[in-house]
Amino acid sequence: MDDVSGLLRPADQSALIDALTARGYTVLAPVRQGDALTVAPVTALDQVARGWTADQTAGTYRLRRRDDARRFATTPAALPWKRVLHPPEAHLWTARDTGNGFEMISKPEPPPKQALLGLLPCDLAAIARQDKVFDNGTFADPVYTGRRENALLIAATCAQAGDTCFCAAMETGPDVRSPCDIALTELDDDAGWLVEARSGKGAEILSGLPLAPVPDTAFTQRDAIAEATAAAQIRTLPADTPGLLHRHLDHPHWQAVADRCLSCGNCTNQCPTCFCSNTEDVTSLDGTIAERRRVWDSCFSLDFTYATGRPLRQSTESRYRQWITHKLSTWHDQFGESGCIGCGRCITWCPVGIDITEEAAALAALEDAAEAAHA
Amino acid sequence: MSTLATPLKGHAPPPEAPHPAAAPDPATDPMVPRPFRIVRVKKELSDTFTFDLVAQDGAPLGFRPGQFNMLYVFGVGEVPISISGDPAVPEVLVHTTRAVGTVTRAMWAMKAGATIGIRGPFGSAWPVETARGGDVVVVAGGIGLAPLRPLIHTLLNQRESFNRVMILYGARTPEDILYKTEVRAWRGRFDVSAQVTVDRATGGWSGPVGVVTRLINAGGFDAPSTTAFVCGPEVMMRAACDALTRKGVARGKVWLSMERNMKCALGFCGHCQWGGAFVCKDGPVFNYAAVADRLPVAEY
Ligand SMILES: Cc1cc2nc3c(=O)[nH]c(=O)nc-3n(C[C@H](O)[C@H](O)[C@H](O)COP(=O)(O)OP(=O)(O)OC[C@H]3O[C@@H](n4cnc5c(N)ncnc54)[C@H](O)[C@@H]3O)c2cc1C
Ligand code: SF4
Ligand code: SF4
Ligand code: FES
Repeated sequence: MDDVSGLLRPADQSALIDALTARGYTVLAPVRQGDALTVAPVTALDQVARGWTADQTAGTYRLRRRDDARRFATTPAALPWKRVLHPPEAHLWTARDTGNGFEMISKPEPPPKQALLGLLPCDLAAIARQDKVFDNGTFADPVYTGRRENALLIAATCAQAGDTCFCAAMETGPDVRSPCDIALTELDDDAGWLVEARSGKGAEILSGLPLAPVPDTAFTQRDAIAEATAAAQIRTLPADTPGLLHRHLDHPHWQAVADRCLSCGNCTNQCPTCFCSNTEDVTSLDGTIAERRRVWDSCFSLDFTYATGRPLRQSTESRYRQWITHKLSTWHDQFGESGCIGCGRCITWCPVGIDITEEAAALAALEDAAEAAHA
Repeated sequence: MSTLATPLKGHAPPPEAPHPAAAPDPATDPMVPRPFRIVRVKKELSDTFTFDLVAQDGAPLGFRPGQFNMLYVFGVGEVPISISGDPAVPEVLVHTTRAVGTVTRAMWAMKAGATIGIRGPFGSAWPVETARGGDVVVVAGGIGLAPLRPLIHTLLNQRESFNRVMILYGARTPEDILYKTEVRAWRGRFDVSAQVTVDRATGGWSGPVGVVTRLINAGGFDAPSTTAFVCGPEVMMRAACDALTRKGVARGKVWLSMERNMKCALGFCGHCQWGGAFVCKDGPVFNYAAVADRLPVAEY
């Protein structure tokens, strides 16, 4: 059942959006909004960005016209997909004062049914990371897991590396590796989409579409596109980064980063795996209705570690160290893999261009130098 | 009851009307507080009080010593507080709290009959069973005695399972000694060695003055067979763990309870991370051997 595949010619591609809409999905896809490519609901194929990409370097993002008609060669979207499954603000419950205590009167809204069309392999890997956070073996978060169970994931082979991308080094792309429902490849010369079912749900949708037979060269082309994208990537991480960071929690280099870091939290907001949140308890004006909400939070905010009357991580260096150590080292302790999927967003969106790969490399170089001096 | 019109934290507007979705079941949903009635309030110290609580749905809250609950004051907020009662008496939930800020001060103002929301129990427990057959040293500093009290109850309930039992407790001044009646009773027992030291003597204090590590250094336990349980301010725990191991107690037999900011207690909010650990679910009770390298790291 899962092995349905075929070619969806340009003239037939609208049928995919129609099939998703007919099944009750809100379709989300890359769209052009002003000077950026973001993710938004679409009802027709012509709303999906076509022939656009973005050049990304440390601290810069520039929209650019492509010389082809690809829709999903966008480089990582400026607004991450994260908000679709882990919304920036979520209602948890409402309670009413009964005069003799309180009672619960509502819980989260029923999760929306959403189809994510054109996820890049890195963003797909980020969803697999968050799946483990929000269903951690002890507790399952109803907000995330509800949205996740209702979601349909359609990921595209990545045909455009940004200057800040390093998914190849993190082994999350540029081919579609993580679990999804449909894998899609935009074949060269606008020949159509190679679509491959990766789940029963995906197969069910594909089998209703006007698919043409897969051209002989399609799978070779798919692999060649991914290989070319991997070859274009310039960033990587030092060997044994988890151990490196673990060995240098007290390194003076953190102070050097802190001298540049604004502690703004852009990186955590943009990072598709960052999951941290805060709780807000609010009451109605007359005090009889209380609501709990969850909102995104960042380990760069001072209140994040408030305990025993003061913030525990007062210095910027301790907060930067928390961020990079969690992404690249302690995430391995928690979930057995890296917390970074190599999308490069934290590098692009850092106002002062701090680069997580460069900082790890700088630490490795300092360690090597110290060892050489010792020898 | 608070009539706050604005959120305590963040800037979201107050809710307009409740969502019409079905009401959640607090008995099964770990995100949702269960209403408990305060049946007794005891003012312990000038800023510290104990609540005895009974579940409004009648279902007792079973727990293991060292675990904690999230306590919710309607419309004000939620805080992590250790369970301080006797695990053999789960019908009455006991919490001892120091009023230090927004939520805990609102709790301080509450009287018997009022309602508190409870989520829990959460987290790891003191592994009492691993201490059987050997000596036990309990080291407490300040309010740190509260999370250790269920453990002490268990030790005394099963007194014949352990060899020597020592309770070493440090308070700031004699006025700050928590659970005075019980501490006195422990001191009166022939099968327990309970010692109290204060940082600063006042009134007619004739006991030891100085940090609690001095009591550790004075010994009186058989180090190779000793299991130690430590809770107090972080600086005190660092010093105590160090003193215990220098006395010859194995790191793997020293246990400590950590405090970090906690918003969810479920492993989702990330606030409680301490290196690779989520203190809310991997802790709060940790084995010293597992965390000795990160315990001294500042601002971690
Ligand atoms: C596992 C655990 C067990 C604890 N057991 C006890 C106990 O038995 N008795 C006791 O008196 N205290 C205990 N504490 C400490 C207690 O949780 C804090 O004193 C309390 O949260 C302070 O909240 P507040 O709103 O009154 O203070 P404020 O200082 O006004 O706090 C301001 C904000 O910071 C948050 N905050 C402050 N400290 C913490 C914290 N440690 N964790 C989470 N949020 C925090 C509050 O939620 C509040 O929003 C424990 C803490 C932990 C983590
Ligand atoms: S740490 Fe940076 S590069 Fe890695 S996943 Fe997060 S935003 Fe992307
Ligand atoms: S890096 Fe910071 S904000 Fe992101 S998941 Fe880790 S602790 Fe949370
Ligand atoms: S308290 Fe939220 S993750 Fe531990």
